[in-house]
Amino acid sequence: MFKLIESDAPQRRRICEIFVDGEPCQAMIGEPLAAALLKANCVPMRYTPVSGAPRAPLCMMGVCFECLVEVDGTPNVQACATPVREGMHVRLIHGARSIGQLGGAAQ
Amino acid sequence: MSTFDVVVIGAGPSGITAALTAANRGLRTALIDEQLSPGGQIYRNVDAVDNGMQTILGPEYLHGRTLTTRLQHSTVTRIQGASVWQISDDLEIAYLQAGVSKTLSARHLILATGAMERPSPMPGWTLPGVMNAGAAQIMMKTAAAVPSGDVVLVGDGPLLLLVGKQLLDAGASIKGLIQTSPIAQAGKAMRHLPKALLAPGYLIKGLRLLTHLRAGRVPFFRTDEAVNILGSDRVRGVSFIHKGQRIELTVDTVLLHHGVIPNVQITRMLRLEHRWDVDQQTWKPCCDGHGRSSNPSITICGDGAGIAGALAAEASGAIAGLDACFALGNLSEGERQKLVRRPARAHRRQLRIRPFLDTLYRAPEWLSAPLDETVVCRCEEVTAGQIREMARLGCKGPNQTKFFSRSGMGPCQGRMCGLTVSSILAAENGVSIEETGYYRIRPPLKPIPLLALSQARVARSAGTERNSQPNEDPTHE
Amino acid sequence: MTKHETDFIVVGGGVVGASIAYGLLRRGLTVNLLDEGDDAFRAARGNFGLVWVQGKGANSTAYARWTVQAAARWQSFSSALAALTGIDVQLQQRGGLHLCLDNSELARRDEELKGIASTIGEPYPYEILDRKAVQHRVLGVGPDVVGGSFCPMDGHANPLRLLKAMHAAVHMLGGTHVPGHHVEMIEYRSGAYELKTPHARFRAPRIVLAAGLGNRQLAPMVGLRAPVEPIRGQVLVCERALPFLDLPTLHVRQTGDGGIQIGDSKEDVGFDDGTSLEQMSQIAARAVRCFPDIGNLNVVRAWGALRVMTGDGLPIYEESSDQPGAFVISCHSGITLAAMHAEVLVHWLCGNPKPDLITGFNAERFDVQAH
Repeated sequence: MFKLIESDAPQRRRICEIFVDGEPCQAMIGEPLAAALLKANCVPMRYTPVSGAPRAPLCMMGVCFECLVEVDGTPNVQACATPVREGMHVRLIHGARSIGQLGGAAQ
Repeated sequence: MSTFDVVVIGAGPSGITAALTAANRGLRTALIDEQLSPGGQIYRNVDAVDNGMQTILGPEYLHGRTLTTRLQHSTVTRIQGASVWQISDDLEIAYLQAGVSKTLSARHLILATGAMERPSPMPGWTLPGVMNAGAAQIMMKTAAAVPSGDVVLVGDGPLLLLVGKQLLDAGASIKGLIQTSPIAQAGKAMRHLPKALLAPGYLIKGLRLLTHLRAGRVPFFRTDEAVNILGSDRVRGVSFIHKGQRIELTVDTVLLHHGVIPNVQITRMLRLEHRWDVDQQTWKPCCDGHGRSSNPSITICGDGAGIAGALAAEASGAIAGLDACFALGNLSEGERQKLVRRPARAHRRQLRIRPFLDTLYRAPEWLSAPLDETVVCRCEEVTAGQIREMARLGCKGPNQTKFFSRSGMGPCQGRMCGLTVSSILAAENGVSIEETGYYRIRPPLKPIPLLALSQARVARSAGTERNSQPNEDPTHE
Repeated sequence: MTKHETDFIVVGGGVVGASIAYGLLRRGLTVNLLDEGDDAFRAARGNFGLVWVQGKGANSTAYARWTVQAAARWQSFSSALAALTGIDVQLQQRGGLHLCLDNSELARRDEELKGIASTIGEPYPYEILDRKAVQHRVLGVGPDVVGGSFCPMDGHANPLRLLKAMHAAVHMLGGTHVPGHHVEMIEYRSGAYELKTPHARFRAPRIVLAAGLGNRQLAPMVGLRAPVEPIRGQVLVCERALPFLDLPTLHVRQTGDGGIQIGDSKEDVGFDDGTSLEQMSQIAARAVRCFPDIGNLNVVRAWGALRVMTGDGLPIYEESSDQPGAFVISCHSGITLAAMHAEVLVHWLCGNPKPDLITGFNAERFDVQAH
């Protein structure tokens, strides 16, 4: 949904690899995870636990809570407030989260 | 637990300036901020922004570096990547940092938690591909990115025009700008023009933005009713009435903006007094001329105290910093009067443009009275119609409404729906919005994992010695 | 100033007042339900939603029996509400668990329940479970859980939906809910009570004071007393999750919407309905010991709500002897007792003899204890 701008200026972008639902994907170290996911076209980014409606980030500044994803096993993390780290594992969330080994297993 | 003379929450222009002012007078000062680097939303990522973005974002953005540089060389203890979740009556501040709850305590508290964009409930605004205009700007600042498909801008105000210009410069494809502020406001704004001309440079900048967008062949539209955002799994277009005709544009991204409002979540949680600002159509905390709130130990500065912009925020931060010094006996009344003169004058100069802007870009009536089917509470998916039904069931205010409808009960804790829910109830019950009131905001200010909460008590008694070292940033050890 | 006349005035729009108003309306009476403003100290808002029998009435056989009967009526009560309003209050009554974190707690629990069962004089089914038996009932209990007690009469409902359903029922049955009316004065005048609020006067031959802590001021206006104290209960609410907990426990339950509620503390703090780090942290710690897997759930809200407690924890159900037709109702288990209040209590309020079980629930019992 977003693209990197083209620029002639010398860059200091530090590219790394992260994994989104197991698929490798490029991102810049330190950029908000939500930004990396938007550039990787992970849209919709989640489906709501209430009705399963599709959502993606609205505010990018931590107030709308629409960018919740699972990061390295921790569910419902605000992707806009999480800086990208090399090798992080991200899972997009479909509906309500599961608790430990419970509940989710039943799905 | 470490104790500071002054704790400032929020490292935007007002928070940085407030912290510097207090620290420069020798007070032990801490600055707590959610981001990993200082600057707030306005100067977000200013120290590490992509080189290619610098010319696009311009000198006004890069001005933020003067603040972050001064902060770097100060004695202020900086606590970045820290999300405040609870503040007790005796100013014990609990925050979550890297998944761990920590506490520190303050003798005087300065809130500099800034603004957020006014929520823009309209049909389809929950669809992926709909973002706030400010969010698109954050994408430029933090990720050097612009929307890859076709974009339409909906709303009004200086930020929307600025974002439009910056997107255009950065190579985005803008299919239109749909202005929503009522046309009659332009006439009303004219009487504020003479004063606005005294404000430094704003009008010229505004005109330049408009010229720039027109030169970039961005079509301008104007509508008097809600814009329909179309799509099922993501945005595919918008439909609206322009000059009596229905127009449909096919786009991938819709950027909304109806001005900014103080983020009152923290001031509400602290149960400070608030009032409704008729001109800015928003709540703001009641403050005296120095930013002192209804709690004598708390001073508020920046846009969180009322919308005035980044340069005004910088000035108000200095005023607030001096107020904290005065409150703690570090300054006499007379000394403060002398020292506050300069920032107060700068602040007044910045405020001259506000009546003009607030009138010209007044949010349209339909925004606070969405159609019945429009989702108001995005988290719990409660519609405007359901809120009206609660009013018919006897709900006078948002708290009973929250209890009955679940509006405001989701993870955003009412940030996205609070203003709209109160407006709808006020209209439905035929009473003022002041009488209707606002959500009672409860801790945690931001969601906190249960495990971190369970360890908070022990963490507090263990103390956080490291924070007592001046000028150390625990996240970047 | 306008006057509104009805058969009954119920003061208090919380769970207790709304249950009574609903019950009266079902009998075809006319009712004004007077309520406070939007940000009242409302116990209902902090309610944990348990329909709970086990352990109730250790000091009073009458209360134990009153509670057992209340639980037995819940199913039909909620069905009737749903049939009328279309609102499902999400009642689940397949039993409830009290988890114990050490052996002495478990032993005390055993003693307490044994005591009630031996005196109640009617069937009182419960089981004391060891750790294995607990694991058989619910998944994911932590290593610190040594056992617990199970009672098949227990269950839970959604207190938000319950209050909403009762308010909806009041509307549908022709009652008038009058929010934002704080009662300032009650006078008896020519055969009826007149209640004065800042905005209006209301008149009725019979009035029911169910104003929670507000009863302290109101009861003396009709020659009664309501010596109730605020006890703060704190509740944490976590984000929605997929179903994981089949049964409610005394401290952790999963709501019908998927949210996890965690309680409960009892703090005597006066009229402060805030939350403290200390208490929130303690409540969270107990919950995580019971169910370690919920540790990474996000807490989205914490409430402090004020409970209405008498000195002995038992209700006050009393009619004024000087001023007949004026009743005071004070109790803290508004959810569990909702069916009793809407059905049995209302029968009494309408002029029938006071049920034997509750004849002792008068405020004068506190005079005796004062010696």
